[in-house]
Amino acid sequence: MGHRLAGLFQGRPRLQVGALLAGPIGWLVIGYLGSLAILLITAFWSVDPLSGLVVKNYTLENFETLFNEPVYREIVWRTVRTALLVTITDAIIAFPIAFYMAKVASRRGKALLVVGILLPLWSSYLVKVYAWRTILSSDGMLHWLLSPIGLDTPGYGMTAVWLVFSYLWLPYMILPIYAGLERIPDSLISASEDLGASPFTTFRRVILPLSFPAVVAGSIFTFSLTLGDYITPRLVSNEQFIGNVIFNNIANNQPLAAALALVPIVVMIAYLLVARKLGAFEHV
Amino acid sequence: MRLSRRAQALLRIAVGAALAFIYFPLVVIFIYAFNSSKILAWPPPSLTTEWFSKAFDNEAAREAFFTSIKAGIAATAIALVLGTLASLAVARHRFFGRETISFLVILPIALPGIVTGVAISNTFTQVLNVPLSLFTVIVGHATFCIVVVYNNAVARLRRLSGSYEEASADLGAHTWQTFRYVTFPGMKSALIAGGLLAFALSFDEIIVTNFTIGAGEQTLPIWIFSNLFRPHELPIVNAVAVLTILISIIPVYLAHRLGGEDAAAPGRGAAGVETEATAVP
Repeated sequence: MGHRLAGLFQGRPRLQVGALLAGPIGWLVIGYLGSLAILLITAFWSVDPLSGLVVKNYTLENFETLFNEPVYREIVWRTVRTALLVTITDAIIAFPIAFYMAKVASRRGKALLVVGILLPLWSSYLVKVYAWRTILSSDGMLHWLLSPIGLDTPGYGMTAVWLVFSYLWLPYMILPIYAGLERIPDSLISASEDLGASPFTTFRRVILPLSFPAVVAGSIFTFSLTLGDYITPRLVSNEQFIGNVIFNNIANNQPLAAALALVPIVVMIAYLLVARKLGAFEHV
Repeated sequence: MRLSRRAQALLRIAVGAALAFIYFPLVVIFIYAFNSSKILAWPPPSLTTEWFSKAFDNEAAREAFFTSIKAGIAATAIALVLGTLASLAVARHRFFGRETISFLVILPIALPGIVTGVAISNTFTQVLNVPLSLFTVIVGHATFCIVVVYNNAVARLRRLSGSYEEASADLGAHTWQTFRYVTFPGMKSALIAGGLLAFALSFDEIIVTNFTIGAGEQTLPIWIFSNLFRPHELPIVNAVAVLTILISIIPVYLAHRLGGEDAAAPGRGAAGVETEATAVP
């Protein structure tokens, strides 16, 4: 049986590709892209206010709510603003570490740093947010650390959200920048130095332009992850983000939740288009 | 690069500060897990190990733990099959639309988790009329785990020359024999690494899980989340949190060692790291 089946594929590359791709394409195109398409359709449905059941006729009601209610505009703006702020913060913190890893550290130090950054990246997301919740609380560690010097914990709120998001996504920024810097040949840097450029000029005129696409590649993650998160705002603030509104509507008004879920998709598509223009995809 | 002593020292300080920032919350939660007081005030008055035994005795937590393991294993198995198939097609064949496959595979993770969660739950409940359950969680997890296996497998296949497979075919092996005796042994450690990462990813996941899980069922992250707001449960939550960190860190460490050949090869370091690193939720 196995032999005969294998014989069937012998010398028939098209059949081989078809057999290899049937499963993955079925799952991702029909299952996943199909679900996204259905989500788009659901956004045009509505909920009967009396029975609470989904009515499958097409209306622009959800989008009108989205555009006309100032609450939603404010929430979308707050989410996008936070995502941008977090992305910039992470880029600033990540660059020196990535630079040290790529161009200064020894081989051994490099390997250690990569593991040291990879491990917490993969360790429980929820636990990390929760840890910050305890650290930021009014009798938590930050209060204990800062009160002797006359400062205090920022408590729960927008500052906390910004801090925790920047913390959570930092490794996602470090690793692509590190990879981007690794690709810059040392000879280019030496050439710049031999031609008399100061380290700062070399950085500004050689290293920064060449590694910028990698920064943009990292920013795709920091931006996208912030856009869709609702756990962090829930645990360290009382603020509503896009994710929170989606989550709050999923049980009672799935069409409105679907319309809201299209917002991060649209923002991400716009972001990805800009990122591609900036050359980020050669680095993902 | 030639840097002045001062610049090097400043860089070292920046790296040290960033690493301290990265590990600080993990250390704090480790210490809290041994906190003898039920109140989370800092510093803990004294240390104890009683919360770990209480956590093991907590039936809901234990059940949630096994649910997470089940979901992780099932999602990893699906991701391994689909990711391997896709990687073989992309790395060993030329066909129309080949470039789109990588994009398609990464999409469930490039889009915010909430989108994947809402889309999958919406399809099951509104269109297929399938009630949410552990099964729908597994479908969701497998969808975003494929990329991890795929990236590891593709990186390895690019490194392994296709000429071994041609030699095998020339010597008369048929397609399946070539895969079984030549391609698969070469890919094996990359697949194990990908599988371990996929498991770690699934084990920790909460956003997609929250949207796709049935009423009355809990994975470990969901159990933690629902107990965070109950003050008298917090000591047990801390102990469970530490266990969760360990359970996700160990497979990742192993995966890094196994996939390390890709990362260790000269000039390939960055690419090896990147395939693992970019494949993250």
